Amino acid sequence: MITAETNTGPDTRIKRTFAQLKEQGRKALISFITAGDPSPEFTVAGLHALVAGGADLLELGIPFSDPEAEGPTIQAANERALAGGITLKQVLVMVTEFRQQDSQTPIILMGYLNSVLAMQDFAQKAAQAGVDGLIMVNLPPEEGSELQAQLAANGMDLIYLIAPTTTQVRAAEIISKASGFIYYVSLKGITGAGNLRTDEVGIRTSELRATTDIPLCVGFGIRDAQTAAALSEHADGVVVGSVLVEKMAAGTDPDVIGKSLQQTIADIRQGLDRQN
Amino acid sequence: MSEVLEGSNYSQPTDDGHFGEFGGRFVAETLTHALDEFAALYEQMKHDPEFKRELHHDLTHYVGRPTPLYLAERMTAELGGAAIYLKREDLNHTGAHKVCNTVGQALLAKRMGKPRVIAETGAGQHGVATATVAARLGLECDIYMGEEDVRRQSLNVYRMKLMGARVIPVTSGSKTLKDAMNEAMRDWVTNVDNTHYIIGTVAGPHPYPMVVRDFASIIGQEARAQMLEQEGRLPNVVVACVGGGSNAMGIFHPFINDVDVDLVGVEAGGHGIDSGAHAAPLNDGKVGVLHGNRSYLMSDDDGQIMETHSISAGLDYPGVGPEHSYLKDIGRATYSSATDDEAMQAFRMLNQREGILPALETSHALAWVVANAPKMSKDDIILVNLSGRGDKDILTVADIDGITLT
Repeated sequence: MITAETNTGPDTRIKRTFAQLKEQGRKALISFITAGDPSPEFTVAGLHALVAGGADLLELGIPFSDPEAEGPTIQAANERALAGGITLKQVLVMVTEFRQQDSQTPIILMGYLNSVLAMQDFAQKAAQAGVDGLIMVNLPPEEGSELQAQLAANGMDLIYLIAPTTTQVRAAEIISKASGFIYYVSLKGITGAGNLRTDEVGIRTSELRATTDIPLCVGFGIRDAQTAAALSEHADGVVVGSVLVEKMAAGTDPDVIGKSLQQTIADIRQGLDRQN
Repeated sequence: MSEVLEGSNYSQPTDDGHFGEFGGRFVAETLTHALDEFAALYEQMKHDPEFKRELHHDLTHYVGRPTPLYLAERMTAELGGAAIYLKREDLNHTGAHKVCNTVGQALLAKRMGKPRVIAETGAGQHGVATATVAARLGLECDIYMGEEDVRRQSLNVYRMKLMGARVIPVTSGSKTLKDAMNEAMRDWVTNVDNTHYIIGTVAGPHPYPMVVRDFASIIGQEARAQMLEQEGRLPNVVVACVGGGSNAMGIFHPFINDVDVDLVGVEAGGHGIDSGAHAAPLNDGKVGVLHGNRSYLMSDDDGQIMETHSISAGLDYPGVGPEHSYLKDIGRATYSSATDDEAMQAFRMLNQREGILPALETSHALAWVVANAPKMSKDDIILVNLSGRGDKDILTVADIDGITLT
């Protein structure tokens, strides 16, 4: 069994959350929305609605001009947010605002490396805002050690991904460098894709689970309670994104959208809790 | 000249694909395995006599190499300075240097047992070169091309279709080359099991910058030998246009250890560097990460990739191959720029003085020659990579001249 170094590190919101869930025998439900989508006033209200609906951890997308791993739904979200002129600085302000009412729920920023590279002292600023972790879609562990060290020095985790194409040898290397949790990409493809095979994911995640005690969460292509429940069987949590982002797209009123997000995530929450 | 190069033992990149701080592999995890496989196969094939024989055979009998090295006497006389030699890459099959890389990568795809290839294209030359080799080897072929470029380069779009490729217009972002590359990456991450992505320039994640450079280096190898044969010495300057930078890397690389030979890349200056409407990251960009590698990049204060402008679709790209960034920083190559207007002027001069129709991309390198040859001695020699022919640009040029062709 590989124990990730940082798993023995300091107490963090991410670690506390997974520990509590484990105690309760529940799976983590992780939501994803893009910051500033469809316009800035939707974001903080949306995050609170997701927590009210049962999300345990919050992923918040940093809008980027060239989101090369995203499907059409999240691409469109990036474009809507950027059309409103959002910047990473404003994303951190949103996190600060969220933290005024919620000091417990972990927030993980997700995006592309160029956004983070463009901000001086990103790690310090993100930690001050109340960010707990970072997922960089285009930053494999081989290139990630510098950023990971900067984040760790500020009490944040760099969360690495493992894909269906990742070899066992490589997966072990990634796990040995992992912090926070491991994000298992459930399919070969882009976010929101329709080619998810729950049986294949189950085989792989149960193999990975046997090698480590770091939490393992599954994402990409999870659209409903049934799939979420099935995939969580051999994992510690699931990530739901495109189906939530679709709700944002329809948005004209933050309250209406908030209710819609809360309902969607609550349905998935129910499915997860029934299964486990 | 940089001290790093004394002793003439340039050897880049490192095993993990770094050129100094540049290059590397910044991709979604799903692609790592395919890149590892590709890199391993390439290392093996590089030394495989049968592969080398097959590649040489195709370059000779299908592509038509070696291409001539031609002394442009009337242009030399008109400019009144250094002798101007053109490496005639426009005479390759399909009309540009791009085919040297696609022939090589298609042979690799075949050895990997992948029945499908995809590519991004800007000017359409790389798309045509990919469709060409796919037709010849019986591979399924999809080409991603920005909607804006589909319009600008309709002749090449039709050529690709004639060869059985599917051309997929990309409507996201600025609808040009960078967006086509995003879309090709999305396709590859989805179809990685049966598809090889033939990147057309010396950018992308490791090993692409190295592989594409190596296949393009035939240009410089031939030109160096031809120069020694025709002039008995090496040129003073080697000049090439730089978008992603494959033709420039191809002609530069065999000269890197010849430290007395200046290497000059010419970026697309668009409406002028000061206007901001250009595609010249080495002149006016900052270090960042896009499309799998770290390099100079045109991005704003928030790290968003900026929209670029160039009259030439093939140079209309916000990034540049990482090895160019490295050569710039160690001082081995210098990077200048030429505006749309300067490129057009040089385009016309080559047509009228030499009877050669260059691509608009190539015309940027010629613009540097027009500006600098007169300042040099008559004993000096400039070697220009005439990277492609301009048939594809006829409609754009006619449009500038106010002529509608039917």
